[in-house]
Amino acid sequence: MANTLLSLSGVHTHIGPYHILQGVDLIVPEGGVTVLLGRNGAGKTTTLRTIMGLWTASQGEIHFADHDITKLDTPAIAGRGIAFVPEDMGIFTDLTVEENMILAAANGTMDPKRLSWIKELFPPIGSFWNSSAGTLSGGQKQMLSVARAIIEPRRLILIDEPTKGLAPAIINAMTDALRELKNTDTTILLVEQNFSMASSIGDTVAVMDDGRIIHSGDMAVLAANADMQERLMGLSLEAHQ
Amino acid sequence: MSDTTIKPRIEKVPAAEQLVQKLPVLLVPVLALAGMLAIGNPSTWLTLTVAGLAMGMMIFIMASGLTVVFGLMDVINFGHGAFVTVGAFVGFTVLAWLAGWTASPSVLLNLSALLVAILAAMLITGGLGYAFERVIVKPVYGEHLKQILVTMGGLIVAQQMIHVVWGPDEMHLSRPEALQGSIVLGDAAIEKYRLVAVAIGLALFLGMRHILKNTKIGLLVRAGVENGEMVESLGYRIRRLFLIVFMTGSALAGLGGVMWGLYQETITAHMGSEIMVLVFIVVIIGGLGSVEGCFIGALLVGLLANYTAFLAPKVALISTIALMVAVLMWRPQGLYPVVKAK
Repeated sequence: MANTLLSLSGVHTHIGPYHILQGVDLIVPEGGVTVLLGRNGAGKTTTLRTIMGLWTASQGEIHFADHDITKLDTPAIAGRGIAFVPEDMGIFTDLTVEENMILAAANGTMDPKRLSWIKELFPPIGSFWNSSAGTLSGGQKQMLSVARAIIEPRRLILIDEPTKGLAPAIINAMTDALRELKNTDTTILLVEQNFSMASSIGDTVAVMDDGRIIHSGDMAVLAANADMQERLMGLSLEAHQ
Repeated sequence: MSDTTIKPRIEKVPAAEQLVQKLPVLLVPVLALAGMLAIGNPSTWLTLTVAGLAMGMMIFIMASGLTVVFGLMDVINFGHGAFVTVGAFVGFTVLAWLAGWTASPSVLLNLSALLVAILAAMLITGGLGYAFERVIVKPVYGEHLKQILVTMGGLIVAQQMIHVVWGPDEMHLSRPEALQGSIVLGDAAIEKYRLVAVAIGLALFLGMRHILKNTKIGLLVRAGVENGEMVESLGYRIRRLFLIVFMTGSALAGLGGVMWGLYQETITAHMGSEIMVLVFIVVIIGGLGSVEGCFIGALLVGLLANYTAFLAPKVALISTIALMVAVLMWRPQGLYPVVKAK
């Protein structure tokens, strides 16, 4: 069993009057991909944002690499080696692709070897290097968002629905890139609605509903068991219709 | 890797759309040309145009800090006028101390006195900006109504403090000897001070553009205007950036105060709050958070105010408001709207 890199225990998050996370217990093992599944509104994005410190946990603890990061602010959490690829991609459209990458690189200096690996992984990054990021298509913006997260070696990358709204060809390319990224030392916590993509690269899985984790285990077990998928995801959908 | 190839693609912007994007830049020469046709006399037009550009540049100096503060920090600072006033009074005090330099026939001593006055005003208003951000603005980030109330409160306190330090009377601020009088070009008389104001405003605009486009801090400011949360997620402390930008904006208001005081040659404790009406109009016309838009908006306001004051003085009273209404009907978010992440 791999070491635990990230753990959430009893995490609650309130946003204004809403009680979104209601006691999340989640373990992300070091190395590989952990997929967070669940219907819309289950609390997946809130979980990532709470880990990143963008929303503060009102209760519970978050530990990363044996350190309590619950009360740290976002820049301090990023400084520990956690990168975030948000659902809206968070691209600075007024800046060029190069400028977006410069801001993500430590001290503004990019490692040439790592940069050429990224350009190989995502060819449009090189092709549009000096173009305004606002002119990129949705898929290219998503590639830039992931590229920005990996321009520095990170211990953990939080990725929120990277295939949302993308064409099938781009989804395949993104899946390949994440698979290659998985072969490095980076751990990925992936929120994904596309189950076939998620099951193809996930090692472990956690399913959320109503602000709680209702199942966690090996992705292979869930992928092979249609009844379990129906029970965990289908039933929860029915329950909320 | 899969065999899927992703072909690079850049959507071509149609020529008509490109022209529409560039239209705001063309507004200034178009307005100047319209002014030429309406005024008829080239000498009068030249005098009014330089006066309008000088006025616009000074408004830009005061407004540039406000628009960046709004764009980056989402703070509506009604207290910005306080820094304009304090800058003018500090400039007045320094120029009074350096009366020997300002009265000297030496251009070098005159300009040195002006430079010292500007630096002192910027230093003090920058320092005041630090205190203002820490004490007044910081507790109300994200709460617009409270921001309006507390920053207006800050403005009132600053005005009363000026009464305490400099007294309640208006003061006369003399320009240095070399900046008095006019240069005659043909039949047109152009005030020397206005040329200096145009030069300083232009240098500031080019400097700000250079910093915003070519430096790391400029990149951070531009990125922060669009999506502050993402800047933090990349590991940058945006609150520290807020403070630097707020102090810079306050210092620029102080610079604007010295320039405006020397332009009007009279300063009062209320001059900042009075000029803020024009400053806000310029910021709105330009698009909240846009330095380029602010620059063009300021020039339009300056030119239009001078042309209409000559052609139809009664219309001049409403010309800037009418300009703002016209621009907002054309572009509801200003000339260069800044795209912010939702």
